[in-house]
Amino acid sequence: MELRKSYFADQRKDDLHEIGQPRPRSDSPGHVTGKTTYFADRNFPGMLHLKMVRSPHHHARIRSIDTSEAEKHPGVVKVLTAKDVPHNVYTILILIQIGPEDETVLADGKVRWKGEAAVAVLAETERAAQEAAAKVKVDYEVLPAVFDMDEALKPGAPIVNEYHGRNYYLYDSGECRKVRFGDVEAGFAGADHVLEQTYQSSPIEHAPTETTGCIVAPEGNDRFTCYTNTQAMFFTLDNTSIILQMPGNKLHFVGGTVGGGFGGKVDVIVEPIAILGAKLTGRPVCFIYSREEEMQISSPRAAEKVVIKDGVMNDGRIVARKVTGYTDAGAYSRHSPYGAQKGAGHYPGPYTIPNVWIDTYCVYTNRTPSSAMRGFGVTIGDFALEVQMDKLARLIGMDPLEFRFINAYRDGDMKAHRQPTEGAALIECMQEASRAANWPVAEKFMAMSSYAKGA
Amino acid sequence: MTLALQTFATVKDAGAALKAAGACYLGGGTLVVRAANEGDVSISGFVRSTEPALSAVAVSDNEVRIGASVTMAAIARHPDLAPLAHAARVVGGPAIRNMATVGGNLFAPTPYGDFTVALLALDATVSTGDGELPIETFLAKRESNDAIVTAVGFTLPKEGGFRFLKVSRVKPKGVSVLSIATVLEQAPDGTVSSARVAFGCMADRPIRARAAEKALIGRKLTADGIAPALAVARDGISPPTDPIASAWYRNEVLPVHLGRLLLA
Amino acid sequence: MAKVPVQFTLNGAEKAEFIDSGTTLLHALRDKIGDTSPKGGCHQGTCGACSVIIDGELRLSCLTLAEACNGATITTTSGLSEGGVLHPLQRAFLDAFATQCGFCTPGMIMAAKVLLDHTPNPSREDVVEALSGNICRCTGYEPIIQAVLTAARSNSQNAA
Repeated sequence: MELRKSYFADQRKDDLHEIGQPRPRSDSPGHVTGKTTYFADRNFPGMLHLKMVRSPHHHARIRSIDTSEAEKHPGVVKVLTAKDVPHNVYTILILIQIGPEDETVLADGKVRWKGEAAVAVLAETERAAQEAAAKVKVDYEVLPAVFDMDEALKPGAPIVNEYHGRNYYLYDSGECRKVRFGDVEAGFAGADHVLEQTYQSSPIEHAPTETTGCIVAPEGNDRFTCYTNTQAMFFTLDNTSIILQMPGNKLHFVGGTVGGGFGGKVDVIVEPIAILGAKLTGRPVCFIYSREEEMQISSPRAAEKVVIKDGVMNDGRIVARKVTGYTDAGAYSRHSPYGAQKGAGHYPGPYTIPNVWIDTYCVYTNRTPSSAMRGFGVTIGDFALEVQMDKLARLIGMDPLEFRFINAYRDGDMKAHRQPTEGAALIECMQEASRAANWPVAEKFMAMSSYAKGA
Repeated sequence: MTLALQTFATVKDAGAALKAAGACYLGGGTLVVRAANEGDVSISGFVRSTEPALSAVAVSDNEVRIGASVTMAAIARHPDLAPLAHAARVVGGPAIRNMATVGGNLFAPTPYGDFTVALLALDATVSTGDGELPIETFLAKRESNDAIVTAVGFTLPKEGGFRFLKVSRVKPKGVSVLSIATVLEQAPDGTVSSARVAFGCMADRPIRARAAEKALIGRKLTADGIAPALAVARDGISPPTDPIASAWYRNEVLPVHLGRLLLA
Repeated sequence: MAKVPVQFTLNGAEKAEFIDSGTTLLHALRDKIGDTSPKGGCHQGTCGACSVIIDGELRLSCLTLAEACNGATITTTSGLSEGGVLHPLQRAFLDAFATQCGFCTPGMIMAAKVLLDHTPNPSREDVVEALSGNICRCTGYEPIIQAVLTAARSNSQNAA
């Protein structure tokens, strides 16, 4: 590894002893010997297995649920429905006052996406739970479903989620998150060229090698230990406390070792119902997603649609940018209102543009609820923005890297959110990229600096 | 409630046990144990046979007989089956090839079953406890087959007569976008005198490409020569859309890959 | 529930258990015998996290029934180090930063061990092929490939 210490040398002391030096990872000896303990590497006597009965429909009313045959199945210990869950309607971000609660732990009267959990079966073996789950009878009245954000936003579209009452999230700023800076219409009017493009992405599944799950053991004193691979330990503990109406000191969460997460294990899905199962049976409970569930049921990255309209001058300056972003939350909020908000924060890109207008919408459809994944709200936006940057450079016949140097934000520049830029290093990164990629740019760009504005 | 395994010394006894409702024949386990693990409650138990003939490979005078329990790895390393080694080696990763059997491959649903595509082009015979069937007949009604497959037999093609191509997006191992096998004989002047062409992932099971086969007869393996075969390559196909590829994509690229294989 | 006896050699030690008929080897190893080094990632034969070595061949323990392993010799990653000394592959994985979440690592090491047992001086292509049934979703393939090549070199140096 090579450190280029010449950059920003006057801004720090050259006393780095650890950075740049290989240091052994503390967890690696456990990994290579197979001794690292993942949540599922535990086994308790009398442990029950939980299997979920899931909706085969995208949108349906539940007329009735008959669990009588399943309860009689050999090996079945308990069958749970919505009425067994103390606080059945929840939303993860309620902890930071982002409501309303809009999702059921077990479906109550309605299902809003194909795969939604309706009934939980607890049995002595995995096989018995699977067999019994197949015997649960749910009578559905299928309702019209909507899978496309544009369709969902049209008047008269089927309402996906009654807790919202409309197919988009209502922010305190209104129907979308908004950024307003300068006069974007005047910017377009004065531009040499205006380019409007639409970019779209599909949901992306994290597919961690270790599937989502937990094992819960009653401690015998009305306290429960939950071994989990959640990436959000305290979010999970606090939400479980709300859902089960149990004080947090009754819940002991053990985790931190995750066999791949990438954002896909932050949704508080398996723990509350498994702990409830352990509480109602007095037995240890194991709830682990099958591979099929991991692929079909766990939240993916949201599908997004990004419309970017830019005004650009022949000399390379972007003078106006208008972005409308749509995040497909699926049937429930989970982390998507936050993801869409992040988009609003990110969409100007790392560029200094005098006139900016951004609207980002969080839209509900009858698709699998989406949630966090590596840079959610940003990654798809970056793809769209940088493809747009290449198109703009081509439009005015400019080298795409030089075009970015012209527009790169530098220290002191006012961002569209009215925060002055600090600690920018984009110029320097691009200079290194230019050298590393053997993509030469004009000398004046190689002489630029992020913080010496004269240069 | 448990998925009991019953092991029998003879195919005959295993066959009798297989008549029980929900009983499922266990070969290498890559299809049926997988299904049971995913919660297929229609499977209630496994039956297998350890009869030695199931694991035998016999080659004499270019006539090949491969026992149904012979694995892809065993085929890939068998000196007399060198022409087929490539087709066996593209099935799964190393562990799967040590487990997956010839017999099981006959039942693998699209997009799996690449080796069966090779067997179809070889016009193999499938032996079961009930007798022998041409592979095409067997595949057409494989769901209703209730006799244990014991072996496949075929004639080894002349040197260079067998070609096989598996197209996948992930290298070196990936599930098929499609696979193609051909067995061609050429006259001394290079014109094709007989042709069998089989496709994988062009229907719910491997299929023969009769129109393309017919269009190759009397033609040379040149760009012009194979053009009529490529033009009719899509006759009768109904490729699936799955996580690997869309039906549209498979349809578009089939003639491209067939062309590459024929000109290779 | 009918229990059946199984008996095999695991990492040099004789093991005998009564298990439910139809139990997978993965389940028997992890939940009966207590060797949790093989991981259950997909139970479909797709991810390779459950890879073990049975009689010298790489197998997927999630698709192998324990009863079919009677009399077999089984190796898992937990049995590779001897007396606290890491196996050259384990050492190389450690030194090359070839682990991230670590979930695929035991399976990767099994696949690599079978390769080096049969092909002591593999090419990069051999290594890629040998690991082709093992998925690393943290996508750290390059350091894993380098670790296997490094282990092969250190083996041949020791042999020389």
